[in-house]
Amino acid sequence: MADKSFKTLILAHLWVAFGAFGLACVLGFYQVLERSGLIDFIESPGVYFASVSTHGVLMGFVLTTFFIMGFGYLVAATSLKTPLWNPKLAWTGFGVSAFGTVMAAIPLLLGKASVLYTFYPPVQASVFFYLGATLLVVGSWFWAAIMVVMFNQWKKAHPGETVPLPMFAYTANAVLWLWTSAGVALEVVFQLIPWALGWIDTVDVGLARTLFSWTLHPIVYFWLIPAYIVLYCLVPREAGGKLFSHDLARIAFILLLVFGLPIGFHHLYMDPEQGKGFKMIHGIGTFLVALPTLMTGFTVIASLEKAGRDAGGKGLFGWVGALRWRNPVVLAAILAFLMLIAGGFGGIVNASYAMNAMVHNTAWVPGHFHLIFGGTTVILYFAAAYAVWPKLTGKSLATGSLALVQLWTWFIGMIILSTPWHILGLLGQPRRISSVVYNSLLTLAWDPYELAMIVGGAVLLGSALLFLHILAKSQKRGEPVEEASAEIRYAESEPPVTRVPALLNGFGFWNVVILALMLANFGYPIAQFFLTKTFGSIGWGY
Amino acid sequence: MSNDPSLKDKLAEDARELMALPGELHIDPLERKWIFVALGLIGVFVLAILYTAFAKHVHPPGEMETLDSARLHLGGEFAEDKLGVVTQPDGSVKVTLVAARYGFYPREIKIPAGQSITFRIASADVLHGIHVPMTNMSTMVVPGYASTVTTTFPKPGEYPMLCNEYCGMGHDHMWSKLTVVSQENWRSGLTNTQSTGR
Repeated sequence: MADKSFKTLILAHLWVAFGAFGLACVLGFYQVLERSGLIDFIESPGVYFASVSTHGVLMGFVLTTFFIMGFGYLVAATSLKTPLWNPKLAWTGFGVSAFGTVMAAIPLLLGKASVLYTFYPPVQASVFFYLGATLLVVGSWFWAAIMVVMFNQWKKAHPGETVPLPMFAYTANAVLWLWTSAGVALEVVFQLIPWALGWIDTVDVGLARTLFSWTLHPIVYFWLIPAYIVLYCLVPREAGGKLFSHDLARIAFILLLVFGLPIGFHHLYMDPEQGKGFKMIHGIGTFLVALPTLMTGFTVIASLEKAGRDAGGKGLFGWVGALRWRNPVVLAAILAFLMLIAGGFGGIVNASYAMNAMVHNTAWVPGHFHLIFGGTTVILYFAAAYAVWPKLTGKSLATGSLALVQLWTWFIGMIILSTPWHILGLLGQPRRISSVVYNSLLTLAWDPYELAMIVGGAVLLGSALLFLHILAKSQKRGEPVEEASAEIRYAESEPPVTRVPALLNGFGFWNVVILALMLANFGYPIAQFFLTKTFGSIGWGY
Repeated sequence: MSNDPSLKDKLAEDARELMALPGELHIDPLERKWIFVALGLIGVFVLAILYTAFAKHVHPPGEMETLDSARLHLGGEFAEDKLGVVTQPDGSVKVTLVAARYGFYPREIKIPAGQSITFRIASADVLHGIHVPMTNMSTMVVPGYASTVTTTFPKPGEYPMLCNEYCGMGHDHMWSKLTVVSQENWRSGLTNTQSTGR
């Protein structure tokens, strides 16, 4: 593979990502413990809400953004077999994002930005939090630009050829991110920063929530697409087989890109500032975007089945036993699917328009996204790390089957954590409370589930620390791997790719479709705040 | 203008390609079947939602209606003397609440079971949310906007009304009490009462 400085760039991104992840897991464990009310002296809303805000920012913004950038550069250079375009620009992006992270982390840890990762005006954070979060995103735009440039340069140099699937999908993610981040960028730049600096007295909270909802749904696809790339492009080969399909994989990524964007109002179902009609349209769109995930499930499981049968698995389910359960990448994929099935079911409940009232802002919701994001997505980030670590460090994974223990404990911990969390939601417990002080009989039913969540949190923290240990130890003390096995080899597809239609080899047309859909679904809902007289809110402490 | 036709042509060309796309793809027959199954599944979910929405009138809240949260106390619908439960001349019940750190005011209200209740709620300060557990009485309360929810409580009993949106350090303590009384008790005890629970 490419030179040492390139590997250093990737490792720098991944270490920031996984370091943030480890710290966030420590905070997460503190939170389940504090929330249970079991230990008196750690009870403190001030510390709890600072911790929740930091946990959310570290997991949702820092782990994801840095992992996606680093893994993205790696996929671009290795799938296109070209050196990274403009490494200086990549380092600049890294620096801007890292500087922003530190700038946001200081007020977060000092309790000066306990506004949760969703910002929630009119409670107001230190301006440094908003500036830091903005810089983190601005740094990621450098990355997105580099991905798009590399995609276009390769196409120009290879007229008529098909862009390799990993790069096609990753560029879809870069395009998605540029569209996605625009919503929150508008909120922060035109509303929150001027307001926190005192340049404007009030913000329109309805507008702020609408702009944030623009970002809030597609951001999960920004996190998920790299995980899907692991499923499509790494897992089949690790399983000893080939990708069952190719053209439909491209369609799935395009559908995620196009339909993931204009559907954010399922986060606003219970909000007063948007009408029922737009909520319903966004709701139907939310169901449509389940299609690419259902397609992915089929294609990847079909690829695994073929590999299992080739390995001698017989009968309806015999192929399951014949899979390479001891290969970390394959194991992570299997566990990811199990969590995706359960989490997808919960997601359908959330998406269901009026039924959302039953679970909105209850403990069900964090239960759901921990299963889908912390479970499905993050376990595939682990898989990606295990797959590429030997290529980046030149050392084999030092720890034998410890990686398998780590993946299994992550899965088991996540099930123990998120099952009672869902039940608590159905029993009416709100999310985002630091203690249960309601004088109501209802709350007695909550206690055993809160205790179970402590066990889940402890198992997850152990698994997270084990993950960091495996990476660090392999990098330091692993056996050197031979040069020949230092290439990342992506799954081939069956039948092999010949030529794909131009529409499945570029994003120009799809950007026009997205623009039209965004205008249709967000045009009036945003314009209404400027067409009617609205009343802004002054800033509030917390 | 000279660029316009070429952009138009480009889009028309893309649209033609889009139409031709399904025929050009390599799709395994099994995969084709699965796509129809998946679309069928999605169709069932969407139809169920459309049915409950349009035939049964089950909708989430949502009519954009602005108000000035900083001036609630100065008069109008959300002034202090207007809050609480009111039986309207036509027999319907309307509940007017103000959400503010840290409670929904008035703190204790009584309403009848088995009939449609309309809640009108405004925030006097920051973002709040209100949920009565195990029911679909739920709405966000956003400063600057009036929230309206209409629902029916089938079962009499005591319910907490919980704030379900982070609103500050006292958020854990933000709740009020809702008592749902049976129709008989409501009629016998409250026929002459304009409002309760002050």
